[in-house]
Amino acid sequence: MVHGILAMQHPSERPKWWWWVFVAGLAAFFITMPFHLEIFVILEMSRFFGMAMLALSMGFLWGFSGILSFGQTAFFGLGGYGFTVLALNTGETTGSVFFAVALGAAGAGILGYFMIYGRISEIYLSVITLVFTLILEKGIRATSGDQYVIGKVRLNGQNGIPTVPQLDVPWNTSVQLDINWFFWVGAVVMILVYIGLRLLLTTPFGRVLVGIRENERRTELLGYDTRRYKLGAFMLAGGVAGLGGAFYAISIPLAHPEMFSLGRAADVIMWVLVGGKGTLIGPIAGVFAIEHFKGWLGTQGVGQVTLVLGAVLILFVLVFQRGLVPSIGSLPGLWQDRAAIGRRLGEAAAQARRPVRRRGQARRGSGA
Amino acid sequence: MSETAAEREVILETKALEKRFGGVSAIAGVDFALRRGELRCLIGPNGAGKSTFFKMLTAQIRPSSGSILFDGRDISRAHPHEISRLGIGIKNQVPDVYDGITVDENLWLAARFRHGARAARAKVDETLARLELGGIRGQVLGQLAHGQRQWVEFGMVMALEPEVILLDEPTAGMSIEETNRTAALIREVNRTTTIVVVEHDMQFIRQIADIVTVFHQGRILAEDTMARIQANRDVREVYLGTSGLA
Repeated sequence: MVHGILAMQHPSERPKWWWWVFVAGLAAFFITMPFHLEIFVILEMSRFFGMAMLALSMGFLWGFSGILSFGQTAFFGLGGYGFTVLALNTGETTGSVFFAVALGAAGAGILGYFMIYGRISEIYLSVITLVFTLILEKGIRATSGDQYVIGKVRLNGQNGIPTVPQLDVPWNTSVQLDINWFFWVGAVVMILVYIGLRLLLTTPFGRVLVGIRENERRTELLGYDTRRYKLGAFMLAGGVAGLGGAFYAISIPLAHPEMFSLGRAADVIMWVLVGGKGTLIGPIAGVFAIEHFKGWLGTQGVGQVTLVLGAVLILFVLVFQRGLVPSIGSLPGLWQDRAAIGRRLGEAAAQARRPVRRRGQARRGSGA
Repeated sequence: MSETAAEREVILETKALEKRFGGVSAIAGVDFALRRGELRCLIGPNGAGKSTFFKMLTAQIRPSSGSILFDGRDISRAHPHEISRLGIGIKNQVPDVYDGITVDENLWLAARFRHGARAARAKVDETLARLELGGIRGQVLGQLAHGQRQWVEFGMVMALEPEVILLDEPTAGMSIEETNRTAALIREVNRTTTIVVVEHDMQFIRQIADIVTVFHQGRILAEDTMARIQANRDVREVYLGTSGLA
């Protein structure tokens, strides 16, 4: 069970009942948090949900279709800015969240079309996506002048847009969500994204994606136009990253060029690697573990937070190669093996204790 | 037998097919014709161009010049995924399978391309039964023996129900017993499907072949029945020093 949730060996199989229990438990865990945690913890954790959606987009794309998009932050940033600009212009937030998703997916669609249909190799795809996000970062940083206005919103260059509107109630837009409600909405949306991606892997689309990850050439020779599947996955991941961007921008609240930055792009890789590539719960765990650890390091006066984080990443790549979550997932297996080894030892001991009748072998038998 | 085969229509044909890598011609003008229902074997020394030829037939490599006709249609500029749709299935030389997922899922991905959800399930069951792989269906493919992985790949190609099957060294790394079973399987599939086999194992070729085509330095050196090929002086010369034909 634990193995099924954490290590995800057979993504094509429909989740069993205990997976749903696990998801319900996860939801309950988050939903009860505002009742027993202090408000600054809730505020801090609200940020994690947007990041977790970004991590999920990367975890899905990299872990299950084999595409390493180093610049998922491009779509994250597009989502953040897209939401902010539209919501400030229209005064409407729910639709703006959907717009953030669409913008992320559209950006990924345009970039992905040229990369995937141009048959660019994997390593170049990683480089191009990274360059793309850095170009967007530079571009946004250069918009500090008065002339850079979309509708009535100034882009503000380096400083970002600090007036990101809070989400309001979809059926009563005059009421804004308070801190707890925003936390709950973020948690629920993140869990819904998790469930959605998990179930997608059981559909023919998801199963073909895993096939592409395993062997793209074979998948083509079976007749699948792998370019369409890859572009589909890339756009989906772009949309999820855009959704994460909107939630992140609301939570800070700030739409900032930093969302596109190299540091943020590297964070995503780290979340997924440390949490566990090839799983979906891993990237979520990676965000909560690393971001919480970062915050804690900051309060310990270490000074060199980045350096310590780098060491942690190296440790994970070397020691827990499959990441935190799958490593925990294989512990029960080890435990079972241990039990089996114990049983076998016991049997051998019992055998040895059994009186051996044959002459001359008695001594050797008991010594076994 | 060869007379009736000669009357049947040509299903796969190449004309003056060439592939140059830099200054080297891997395939140097091949005119090849395959008739519906044939079981053709391709032989030749290493580097003769057999695998390159197969890869060109399945659009994994683009020809430098010349044409490939499948059912009268030029496929020399096609994409790999269109090849399967037209009805050509290939088992590459190196087992080209999904090592990280189960045998069942490997076959399902092949079957699902041709069939709806329910029919694909049935096709997987049928293929597992036919290849006697039912006992290992839940295992991850990468953990299986080489011969079993070859069979799974063969099963994947069969599940596509192609009109022409190309098999590149289907018995490589198999025991004698497994080789015999593969020969029987190929003969059985050949009742409904045209098959081309690249092989080095002459014993195996004697078991299955109707007509044998000999490749040498990117060209067709000879094409005849196995008995006459074995008596062919040029062929013997090419193979001199290697075992098998003598």
